[in-house]
Amino acid sequence: MDEKFLQSDSIASWGRVIRASHRVARPRFADELPGLITAGGDTPALPIGLRRSYGDSNLNPEGRVIDMTGLDRVIAFDRTTGVMRAEAGLSLSQALQLLVPAGWFLPTTPGTRFVTLGGAVANDVHGKNHHSAGSFGASVTRMKLLRTDGSAQELVPGDPMFHATIGGLGLTGLIEWVEFRAVPIPSAHLDAQDFEFGHVRDYFDLAAEAHTRAEHTMAWIDCLSGGARLGRGVLSAANWSSHGGLTPHREDPKLAMPVDAPGFTLNSMSVRAFNSVFHDLKRMRTGPYATHYEPFLYPLDKVAHWNRLYGRDGFYQYQCVLPPATARDGVIELLKVIAASGQASFLAVLKNFGAHPPAGLLSFPMEGATLALDFRNLGTRTLDLLADLDSIVLSANGRLYPAKDGRITPAMFEAGFPKLQDFRAYLDPGLSSAFWRRVSG
Amino acid sequence: MPVQTAAAMKTGNRVVILGALSAIAIATARLYAKEGAAILLVARNGGRLDALATDLKARGAALVETAAMDLEAEPMNAPLHMAGWKHRLGGLDHVHLVYGYLGTQSQASASPAELARITASNYASAVQWCEAAANIFREQKSGSLVAVSSVAGDRGRQSNYAYGAAKGGLALYVQGLAHSLAPTGARAVAVKPGFVDTPMTDGLKKGGPMWATPEQVGRILRRAADRGGPIQYAPGKWRLVMMIIRAIPAFVFHKTKV
Repeated sequence: MDEKFLQSDSIASWGRVIRASHRVARPRFADELPGLITAGGDTPALPIGLRRSYGDSNLNPEGRVIDMTGLDRVIAFDRTTGVMRAEAGLSLSQALQLLVPAGWFLPTTPGTRFVTLGGAVANDVHGKNHHSAGSFGASVTRMKLLRTDGSAQELVPGDPMFHATIGGLGLTGLIEWVEFRAVPIPSAHLDAQDFEFGHVRDYFDLAAEAHTRAEHTMAWIDCLSGGARLGRGVLSAANWSSHGGLTPHREDPKLAMPVDAPGFTLNSMSVRAFNSVFHDLKRMRTGPYATHYEPFLYPLDKVAHWNRLYGRDGFYQYQCVLPPATARDGVIELLKVIAASGQASFLAVLKNFGAHPPAGLLSFPMEGATLALDFRNLGTRTLDLLADLDSIVLSANGRLYPAKDGRITPAMFEAGFPKLQDFRAYLDPGLSSAFWRRVSG
Repeated sequence: MPVQTAAAMKTGNRVVILGALSAIAIATARLYAKEGAAILLVARNGGRLDALATDLKARGAALVETAAMDLEAEPMNAPLHMAGWKHRLGGLDHVHLVYGYLGTQSQASASPAELARITASNYASAVQWCEAAANIFREQKSGSLVAVSSVAGDRGRQSNYAYGAAKGGLALYVQGLAHSLAPTGARAVAVKPGFVDTPMTDGLKKGGPMWATPEQVGRILRRAADRGGPIQYAPGKWRLVMMIIRAIPAFVFHKTKV
């Protein structure tokens, strides 16, 4: 086999349920890519980034992976228009280091900045401003795609292959670079306000109201309480401030989980680390407050390797979206089952998506409410619970987020993504992933 | 001359990086870029240097120049090139020597050509570039040379004594330069990294507390250009580790396979 692909046991997804050996190439310059992408033979390849997807969409145990994080150079950044073109391995975190001092910000960002541009495109990531900005793919203006047949193409919005690649899970080709349009910000700070709700049914009115005047919204939900306090939580809403200056975040996490937490008995170190993260969240402030974007948009990035908190067996994340017609009842039903199971992590995230048309054929966001929460991997007990949640989501006409998934059935995937058949036409036959082999039947 | 360039020159932040395409060199160059420095990059592959130069400019470098050159092949012209680079930057404050060649000991033992390449890359050519930089700094009574050595240079070991001897020799040379420059106010530093997760070490089993990232080592190299003694370890804990390894008696050491 090609000596550029070396056997490695260090490839895992963020949920760490699957431990598998991979053959890995780590290119550092664009001129290496054509040779790597066409080196296939019979084994499929998969481009990967910072591996923040939770399940198996970024794993390819029987095949090869191309780790794109070494291609992290900026190709062009126009400080007057905010258009940035960069190699696909550039992290959003690094991009912000350049954008923010120049008065720009990412058009949208997921809850971690340790995501590559390529990953942001391949998963068409969304953020707290989805209702105002749409998904990341909506701001991509151009990208370069290499296929395993040796062809290369520059794609722009409108090209069918462009929309297959947005949210295409890295299966349509290798994204060499991405060009996107940043948004202007007057300051790196946000004016925010928190609103408590005593029951999840009250969330929806609160969120609808907040969307009329706040660019960023999201809610934390307490998954442990039931009954009259089912899904109680805090909705945070924020707009960019005009004060505070344009200082970007600090690049290094201040805290780290040094080792796996032994079972669920959190050691004092990890508890301290997590307390500091949730300190801000639990301090339910009354009245408006100002905050830097870092704690507001990226609360968990403060703790490196926080996924180790769930111990050696790893964890699943469950993220679904339910359309407006079924969202309220569906979310209530999901939370009832979750609270009764006693298996949930203590916090979940609830957010309403806006009505933007999807940027990609397999884009996850659609108008409605999205709920995300973690489940420590307890084997079949956990899988059974998640299957119960699946049937609720299915009957509510919802879908699950491939970036978070490591276990759904082909039927569940097909039901959630009506454009799946169209997508298949754009697949690169030389690429595959553990996720794709599992759900494509 | 652009305003920023003038500022970089005034603040004394004009730097030449030899072996600019290595992971450690790129991490170092990005720190300089963020400071608004004027940077000249030297390595073999001109196309890759151009890509890196664009990135460094976007990251804030006031000026980025490139020189596509095989540093192992050109050492006899080192003084000429170094003077030319100083001219292109409008002055010279720091020189980082980062290039090197790991090779494999078994091949070096079997092939004179491989042994010659390891010696030439890590020692024979390297000291010429160091001396050329030091001569400029000596004359201008300011500036700093930072050369990347290795902890492998602290004790000869069966697994990599060709590389270790060359990198150890380089550290000794730079230590001598530091001594000779001391009266002038100029400085020379040999930095000895331990295990670094770079393409050079792909194929080794990585991970664990003794592995550093190129970014960590880059920060140490950048700091070494401003302060610290002539021999620095990256990270610093390797000083203690190597002190212990050097102290192990041969009759014990010879029973190990390290």
